[in-house]
Amino acid sequence: MNFEIFIQHLFNGVSLGSLYALIAIGYTMVYGILRLINFAHGDIFMIGIYTAFYGSVFTPLPWWMVFIFSILFTGIFGVILEKAVYKPLRKSPRISILISAIGASFLLENLAIVVCGGRPKAFPIPDMFNKVFYLGNVSVVSLTFYIPVITLITLLGLLYFINKTKTGMAMRAVSKDYEAASLMGIDVNKIISITFFIGSSLACTGGLMWGLKFPQITPLIGVMPGLKCFIAAVVGGIGNITGAVIGGFILGLGEIMLVAFLPALTGYRDAFAFVLLIVILLIKPTGIMGKNLTEKV
Amino acid sequence: MKKNYIYNIFALFLLILFLFISNNVFNSYEIRILNLSAIYIILGLSMNLINGFTGLFSLGHAGFMAIGAYTCAILTMSPDMKEINFFLKPIVPILANIQMSFLPALVISGIVSALFGFLIGAPALRLKDDYLAIATLGFAEIIRVVFTNIQSITNGALGLKGIPVYTNIWWSWGFAIITILFMIFLIKGSYGKAFKAIREDEIAAENMGIDLFRHKMLSFGIGAFFAGIGGALLGNLLGTIDPNMFRFLLTFNILLIVVLGGMGSITGTCISAILVTVLMEVLRFLDETIDLGFIQIEGIQGLRMVVFSAILMVVIIFYQNGLMGNKEFTWDMFKKKKAAYNVKDVK
Repeated sequence: MNFEIFIQHLFNGVSLGSLYALIAIGYTMVYGILRLINFAHGDIFMIGIYTAFYGSVFTPLPWWMVFIFSILFTGIFGVILEKAVYKPLRKSPRISILISAIGASFLLENLAIVVCGGRPKAFPIPDMFNKVFYLGNVSVVSLTFYIPVITLITLLGLLYFINKTKTGMAMRAVSKDYEAASLMGIDVNKIISITFFIGSSLACTGGLMWGLKFPQITPLIGVMPGLKCFIAAVVGGIGNITGAVIGGFILGLGEIMLVAFLPALTGYRDAFAFVLLIVILLIKPTGIMGKNLTEKV
Repeated sequence: MKKNYIYNIFALFLLILFLFISNNVFNSYEIRILNLSAIYIILGLSMNLINGFTGLFSLGHAGFMAIGAYTCAILTMSPDMKEINFFLKPIVPILANIQMSFLPALVISGIVSALFGFLIGAPALRLKDDYLAIATLGFAEIIRVVFTNIQSITNGALGLKGIPVYTNIWWSWGFAIITILFMIFLIKGSYGKAFKAIREDEIAAENMGIDLFRHKMLSFGIGAFFAGIGGALLGNLLGTIDPNMFRFLLTFNILLIVVLGGMGSITGTCISAILVTVLMEVLRFLDETIDLGFIQIEGIQGLRMVVFSAILMVVIIFYQNGLMGNKEFTWDMFKKKKAAYNVKDVK
């Protein structure tokens, strides 16, 4: 393998990794607040893509307005989902909430199959994302540059929001101790709604980028990215936003490099994420950036 | 007590009589539903042992089923059939000429699946709660991906066709009854008490001298064993299997049965397994066009699954304990209700 091909793979890996990172942030935020694996996150991602698809096909609006609208819509959708599906179970054992999350995920998938049809659709790509640049012999689509930039901006914005603002402080308090936070006068329901709004709109942002990168959409498009991004979140240390981004990059780069360096293992590409997950769970169950917690009796 | 024993024998006798009659009266479609019910009872019980009784949230059932189904299929297929199937890449020579009858193949597939259960459990069972769920889910996905890629053993994504259809009512219900009896005796015995103790409070259980790891492994292994047998019965009922059959959706279906029936209830799982299997078929009318004579309602493909998931969501949100909670169906339920109320009044 020569240097140019390596650079090509590197670009691919970085853009895929930033996509994973973007979606993993949503997972990690929800987990940090509710201690819940939001299995429906991948399907929120799918809803975002379909909203944008119908928006750009059936309305004359410019693409950026459609994108902004679908990001907002998906955020609100996430909030409603939380109110309908997770809130009634907040005091139940964790296993019921987890099952409820899986149930919600299947309901959304099946609904999407009925409403949108199971046939794959082509996601329209605005010209801006489709320009091809040549760096020497390496050809790069402009989208490849946009994705990491968007991820980094999101990461910095979120870090500022969580560490410097009052709402962010409330979020940290809720994630530390749910009951103590509510005793201190924090409106826990509001904080959870905000978390879901941010997480879901990030899922949608990731979904739009995903649609631009792999422009064939089906109702089950969210399943694999959903699982993989959850793995990215666990690898980075679940509940930690920087960790989620690091995990996303490790996963994306690892996947691409596995295929690039060991073409014989191409079929095992989807297994890579799960192997990585199990290795991490066995070595350091709290993830790369996670803190070790000991259980008190 | 003795009276209940007689009732049980009588009920078993009635069941066998019913199966005998239905085997002769029902058409092949209805018999297939009966078979599926029995298989889902086996699968549901094996998952309930891990998730409901031991409190280990495992989502790896589809993987164990895949192992069982493939083992049994390869062991029971005739050498000629294997040659037809493996046209892209020949099967490994050791497996090419093996053919055995159904019972040993079933038992072997259960054992192979249990071995994998131990192999997966050894690292995974050090984890807890959500982490365990995700790790087992990961293992199941890995098994599926590996099965798609080792063409010389599993025929890859093409799957296996022409598996001899051995599963009939007697095989499936026979194994279902064996599983039910095994579970009842296991749960009533000291192991069952240890499992429940682990479910309630791991630390307290450990302090009482229960070897956590050994009991968790045991529960996981037994669960995997029966999941393997269930998968094998399913494979030999359908006659064709491929790796994509064993996706997460399959695990979810079984989880659904366990949750609907009540986590930690053997009778609940049996009832809900039959209920879910029958309901899945009954709801098929939603997918088809309904003709009411004066008006035609267009059927929408896939609506069945929507209604099904919606029912599940309602059950999860409003009836968290499922049909039976963690109670068992007993004959005493029909009598002595008054006495129970009296005790409450005194309190």
